[in-house]
Amino acid sequence: MPALFLAQDPWINFDVEALGEQFWFNTVEGLSQGSIYALIALGYTLVYGVLKLINFAHSEVFIYGAFATWFTFYGLGFRPGSTPDLPIFELVGFLLLALIAAMLISGGTAVILERVAYRPLRKHKAPRLAFLITAIGASFVLQQIIFIWRGGNAEQAIRLMRPEEAFQIFGAGVTNLTIIIVLSSLALMLVADTFINRTRIGRGIRAVAQDPDTATLMGVNKERVIMLTFLVGGLLAGAAALLYMMKIPQGASYQGGFLLGIKAFAAAVLGGIGNIRGALLGGLLIGLFENYGQSLFGGEWRDIVAFVVLILILMFRPTGILGESLGKARV
Amino acid sequence: MTTATTTSPKPTRRSGGRPVREWWSTLNRFQQWAVLIPVVVLIYLLPVLNPPILTTEPGFDFSIAMFEVARFALIAIGLNVVVGQAGLLDLGYVGFFAIGAYVAALFTSPDSVLAKLPFLVVLPIAMAITMVFGVILGTPTLRLRGDYLAIVTLGFGEIVRLLADNIDPLRGNRGFQEVGAPPGTWSDGSAIFTNTDGKPWYWFCVTIIIVMLMLVGNLERSRVGRAWVAIRDDEDAAQLMGVPTFRYKIWAFVIGAAIGGLAGALYAGQLSFVNNQKFDVVTSVLFLCAVILGGSGNKVGVVLGAFVIAYVPLRFLVIAEYKYLIFGMALVVLMIFRPQGLLGARQHLLAYGRKVYQRFLGRGESVSGDSPLTGEHRNGGKP
Repeated sequence: MPALFLAQDPWINFDVEALGEQFWFNTVEGLSQGSIYALIALGYTLVYGVLKLINFAHSEVFIYGAFATWFTFYGLGFRPGSTPDLPIFELVGFLLLALIAAMLISGGTAVILERVAYRPLRKHKAPRLAFLITAIGASFVLQQIIFIWRGGNAEQAIRLMRPEEAFQIFGAGVTNLTIIIVLSSLALMLVADTFINRTRIGRGIRAVAQDPDTATLMGVNKERVIMLTFLVGGLLAGAAALLYMMKIPQGASYQGGFLLGIKAFAAAVLGGIGNIRGALLGGLLIGLFENYGQSLFGGEWRDIVAFVVLILILMFRPTGILGESLGKARV
Repeated sequence: MTTATTTSPKPTRRSGGRPVREWWSTLNRFQQWAVLIPVVVLIYLLPVLNPPILTTEPGFDFSIAMFEVARFALIAIGLNVVVGQAGLLDLGYVGFFAIGAYVAALFTSPDSVLAKLPFLVVLPIAMAITMVFGVILGTPTLRLRGDYLAIVTLGFGEIVRLLADNIDPLRGNRGFQEVGAPPGTWSDGSAIFTNTDGKPWYWFCVTIIIVMLMLVGNLERSRVGRAWVAIRDDEDAAQLMGVPTFRYKIWAFVIGAAIGGLAGALYAGQLSFVNNQKFDVVTSVLFLCAVILGGSGNKVGVVLGAFVIAYVPLRFLVIAEYKYLIFGMALVVLMIFRPQGLLGARQHLLAYGRKVYQRFLGRGESVSGDSPLTGEHRNGGKP
């Protein structure tokens, strides 16, 4: 009887043909979505590298940035609907304004989160599970604040930029939006990587990641480093939020960060959590897997692909492709 | 890192309810029963008495509210085996709950193409199927620890929900109507178990809870329970001392899953409707809240936590809208000030040890009631 039940009609199909046909389209789509995941993943990776804590509330830090973007556009007089035709200078100006707003709000949220929720725990020398549960609680609180304020419906995204095809790769159109998203996130990742690897503060972050006690003895201000780590993660999440609002159709909703956060975390783990270059690699790979999966199994299986990939990676390679490395000494 | 014998008893803020506990442990078995039986009778009579301050009426039917509380208590007992006893943080427990509910719906609802079975037969089937799923999920994932395990179980919970959305025979949002109920009619011929009257469901659920408490209590005192305590306190040490940690973790997972599935089937029966809307991660975290709030590892504690989590939004309907906000804040504040929950876990082995100690030396000494949440990394060393 159960066999009959499952054979009732094919509820999952393997459309290999569609995968082949839409391969390049999915590659382009996957890379642009993946670079957004990568930016968010960086926040998870940095905090994990320094505190060995999965900052569960990072997805809410991100969604606060998305709301900041939305309100900036709204405040400038734009409304959801058709994309306005803006002169290039104004467009760039507005986008920059939104970027600054999103980064400030996200960065601020991350720092406040660290102050209010995590710092008291560190003072009490709480066990790691307590950190995780606090993170879950904080994520609830941040979500519900938005929910109480704005209700359950998503704010329809306000688009200032009209996607226009710039050129084609093997028949797949690459829009100017895709180019901007991929390039700007790559640039931000590069800045972050340089910041961690080349600057004085970055050296402090790596030192704390490697050995907090010795770093303190060597004159590193641990509390300040931790705060800065959260700030950097938050700033990048804010930038990701602007890119998200420019591209992804769902808009900003109070729960919107959850799924994205999980995918970004999966990306961080895939590349090797605690590893900055791993976050980039993982983000792009998750974006690609997801889009290929969508072609292969159908659109509604898209999110499942991300979760299954996460579980598979953790089963076979708990430290990810590139391994955990923020704390490793590098010369 | 539980210190069994510290010669200097130091005052500790982590020993809530100790006078009650000490009084309880000085009673003999017979006296304990003499106290327990009236309490149990009172618990059974609750929906009939409908006590004035405790009542949720008007606004919400009290008997159904009591069933909700009982359902949450059963879930908390199941999740406590996984989180409290074995120290495995499971964020996807709602997945097992959903599987139980769907099994009940598939085998009893006229909307399903499967054979119809009596509800009481479906309950053990639901438990068996969730146990199978427990093994399927546990085998690959239980090699992970702590945070990673939490995230993977969370992913599993989401996968179950997304499958319910996407697999056509599971009917997505339309759901299953007329899920079965236990048989029986009142003397006037009307059915006993209906979805408008919570009383029979409550009594049924409380009976199951009592049976489960006894079974889980026996497990706790058995070799299995000792192994769980060892694993949650220090997995590496347990492994080194010859405890087959992986096998016992699977056991905890499977037993917890079975209780979750049972609760899901009861829930489906009482509501007589199942669709994909009730099984999101938020619900899962609410279950976890019940366990953590009450004090993970302590059976009485988690029942108390479940009571708070289920009862408060139904009693004070004004704050029902804010319940996730309030519980989120409660989690943060609790972790800062009282990470072991309202009633922390106690270890029976140590409790017996204390008794012996008291008998020989004539005074008590402090035994820390460490839960998995306070047990590890207290020395501030590297995690």
